[in-house]
Parts: sequence; C-alpha cells; structure tokens
Amino acid sequence: MNRVLAPIAALSPAFTALPGPPAIRLDAVSRVFGSGPQAVAALDRVSLEVGRGEFVCVVGASGCGKSTLLALIAGLDRPTEGRVEVEGGRPALMFQDAGLLPWLSVARNVDLPLRLRRVPRAERVDEVERLLRLVHLDAVADRRPHQLSGGMRQRVALARALAQHSEVLLMDEPFAAVDAITRDLLHEDLARIAAERAMSVVFVTHNVREAVRLGDRVLLLGSRPGRLAGEFEVDIPRPRRIEDPAVGALALRITARLREEMGRHARD
Amino acid sequence: MRVTERLRRVVPGLCAAALLLGAWQLAASLHVRPAYLLPAPADVWSTFAAQWREGHVTGAVSTSLGRGGVGFALALLIGTPLGLLMARVATVRLAVGSLVAALQSLPSVVWVVPGLLLLGPGGATIVFVVVVGAFPSVALGAVAAIEQTPPLLVDVGRSLGARGLALHRHVLLPAALPGYLAGARQAWSFAWRSLMAAELITQSADLGLGLGQLLDAGRQTLDMSLSIMAILVILGVGVAVDGLVFSPLTRTVNRRRGLGGARA
Repeated sequence: MNRVLAPIAALSPAFTALPGPPAIRLDAVSRVFGSGPQAVAALDRVSLEVGRGEFVCVVGASGCGKSTLLALIAGLDRPTEGRVEVEGGRPALMFQDAGLLPWLSVARNVDLPLRLRRVPRAERVDEVERLLRLVHLDAVADRRPHQLSGGMRQRVALARALAQHSEVLLMDEPFAAVDAITRDLLHEDLARIAAERAMSVVFVTHNVREAVRLGDRVLLLGSRPGRLAGEFEVDIPRPRRIEDPAVGALALRITARLREEMGRHARD
Repeated sequence: MRVTERLRRVVPGLCAAALLLGAWQLAASLHVRPAYLLPAPADVWSTFAAQWREGHVTGAVSTSLGRGGVGFALALLIGTPLGLLMARVATVRLAVGSLVAALQSLPSVVWVVPGLLLLGPGGATIVFVVVVGAFPSVALGAVAAIEQTPPLLVDVGRSLGARGLALHRHVLLPAALPGYLAGARQAWSFAWRSLMAAELITQSADLGLGLGQLLDAGRQTLDMSLSIMAILVILGVGVAVDGLVFSPLTRTVNRRRGLGGARA
C-alpha cells in the first residue's frame, strides 16, 4: 500500500528522525547580494530544521538560491539576516563537480581531510582503505582523478566527505552530471551509508524523482527571491527504487506544485 | 610504432634546418659577400673544432651556465615570495604590481650601466643583470597561476577544513604549480638573454671567458666565423636547457594532472 502524505502547510516542521536537538536550524535567513538598486535577494526569510539522522532533499528551479542555501549551512558564506546553527562541527560538502584535487591520487584525496585533522599516519592508511572499500574504489586507490569516470569521481568525493567524520552531509546536485545507471547505483550506496552512519543530509537537486527516491522529506524552494514554497513528507518504505510507482506518484504531485510556483513567478 | 611516430615529429624540423644550411652554403659558394664576411658552414665548423680542442667552448659554456644558473636561482628566490605576496596581499600588489610589470617590459640590458658603476666590471654585475631580467617573470607567473586557481578547489579546501597556511600548502600552491613553472620557464629565457647582453658589454681582464665574451672576441678580431660559431653555441645551450630541464618538468607535472598538451 503506497501511503503518501499531503503537503504540510506549516513551514516550520517539527519532524526529527532521531531525538535531541536538530542538526541544522535556519531561522529567518536572508541573503542579499550587492547593495542599493542592484541588490539581488537570493534567499528571503528561509526557516527550516533538519533533524539528526534525517535526509532532506531541496528541489527548485535553477537560480532559486539552492546553492546559496548550502553555502550558508556549510559556513562558506554568511547570511545578510537571520541565524544558521549547525550541530556536530563543520559539515561535509559535495558539489556537482567532484572537486578532486587533480595533483593527488584517489587515496590521497580521501586522505586530505584526515591529514588536515592531524590524524596519525597509521590510522589514516586504514581509514582511507576502509572508506575506499565502502564506495567500491579500493582497486583504483593509486589512480589520478583525470583517469576516472564521472561516477567514480563522485564516489571519491563521497569517500572524502565521509573522511571528515561530520554528522552533517551537504550535497549540491552531486549526481546531475552522471548517467542514469551509475546514478542509480550511487543512490543505493548513498542511502545505505547515510542510514548506517545516521547522517543528517541536505541534498539539493532539480530532479524531483531523485529527491523522492532519497529523502525523508522534500522541500520546495521558490525562486527570486528563494523562499520555502512547500514541503512534502516522503512516507514510502525503504528500500526504494526510482522506478517505484509510489515514488513516481509523489514526484508528479511535487512537480505539479513546482510548476504552479514557476507559473506564478512568470506572471509576476 | 613509437619510432616511426618520433621520426614523423623530427623530420620536418630536420628538413627546415637542412634547407637553411643549404641556402647558407649556396650563398657562400656564390661569394655573395667576401669569404671573411660570409664563411661557409665548413669554415664555421672548423673554427668550432679548433675552439673545442683548446677547451674554449666547454669553458665558455660552463662559465656562462654557472652565471646564468646563479642568477636564475636568485631570481627564483626573489620572484617566488614576491609573487605569492602580490597574489595574496592586496596592499603589496597595489604597491609594487605595476612596478614589477614595468620591469618585465624594460630591456634588462639597461641595468648593465648601473651595474658596472655600482659593482664594477665583474661577475657580480653580470649576475645582477640576470636577476633583474628574470625575477619579474617568476613573480608575475606566480601571481597569474594563483589567480587562476579554480574557485571550486578553494571552496573544497575550505570545506575540508583547510584555512590560512594549510589552504596554501594543500590547495593554492599545488594548484598554481603548472602556471608557476610556465613563468619560471619564461624567466629562464629572459635570464639567458640578459646574460648574453651583460657578458657582451662587460669587459675586464680577470673576468672568465663566457659565451658573450667569446662572441665579443669574434667582433674584436673581425672573425665572422668565430662570431657565428658563438651564436650557434648560445642558441644550442638555450635550446638544450629548455629541452632537458623545463620541457620534461612541464610534461611530467601536466601529465599527472591530465592537463591538455600532456600528449604533445
């Protein structure tokens, strides 16, 4: 029986996967770029909470401030107004481009966050090996990034993000440039690893089915300026597949809502 | 397969050289100019052989390479930290950026005169001219290389927890290496030109015989054969240093990163 919840009207959700304080909390966060008449509001009073161990997907059209939102949570940018609180240290971050350092081998890319934390060498060697096995890349540890396929590079980036030992993982359209079959496998690995480690994940994408496939919750970000325009709880049992009818059905409803939102914007 | 590939690359260059040599020989045989003004390739070769037997060629090459090497090393020592400071500290760039760029376009031979007045007609003057000629390329190369670091890599480094010195050590400096090497390669060619100009002008009895002095000896004795020989040796050394040092270095760095031109 596919049970799909209706969108929740209230924009300050109280959902938490694990007990305790939320992993991420945004309180009326705005971000304005530039000043005076040229000022562009990228985000407008966005409030949200991500529970510990919760997997939240953010969907929206291009230019709706999704990347700005992640940069704020990651601490790479500061809000113009409002407050950002993140538990459990510096969040790990993944981008659409794997962002591997091209002069380092696969193993040394994964090793870098450990080195930066001054983990002793012997421990680092074990940890890198373990992480590479986790993402099925132990056979290519000595290769250079340019010798890998796009999907493999994203696996390296995932292993490197996990090496940060952060409770929070932020992902900015990480699989957008990967072919569908590879993406499917990456979804499986990500879902498994995030669940095993009880990570709090914010996953930004413009692929609505992907969001429903992965998330406990899907947030809709309206554009210009970016603000929360809707929220959908995904109550579909796991393991899920992207082809599941229930996934498709909810994705259709979210897409309809997204179109409404874009239409409203076009008429403005 | 590999051998034929190599041949295919070398043959056009060899043909061009052979054509030039043929034209030279033809002009000499037709006596376009008297033989003392236009010696045949064979005459230049026998001059070379004679100079080689007396040890003048190897002596001049090692003297000049020594001066060039010291000057180039000093240019790296000065240019590298200067470039890094210019790239990372806005005040430094505003203060000396245009000065360094201006120095880059100033022909370094002008420094021979203040060098002679300050340091006297010796090796120090020659090295001084080399350093002033070469360090702006090193500094400007470092600046350009750091500025061209993809912002994504900087974001990645910061999100992995690299700040300040760690960000430089693990991200900015390694990312800048190919551009820095290109700057150093150009600096070497500036160093070599500056060296020849300085050696040609600087005159002193106790100054060792460098390639520039060898060329000047040709001028003073009106020996065209010796002059042409000196020019060819200067050319050969410049090509050899680039081919044996900078070209393999650049290729190795680029190949590791899968950068374009790695196959060239």
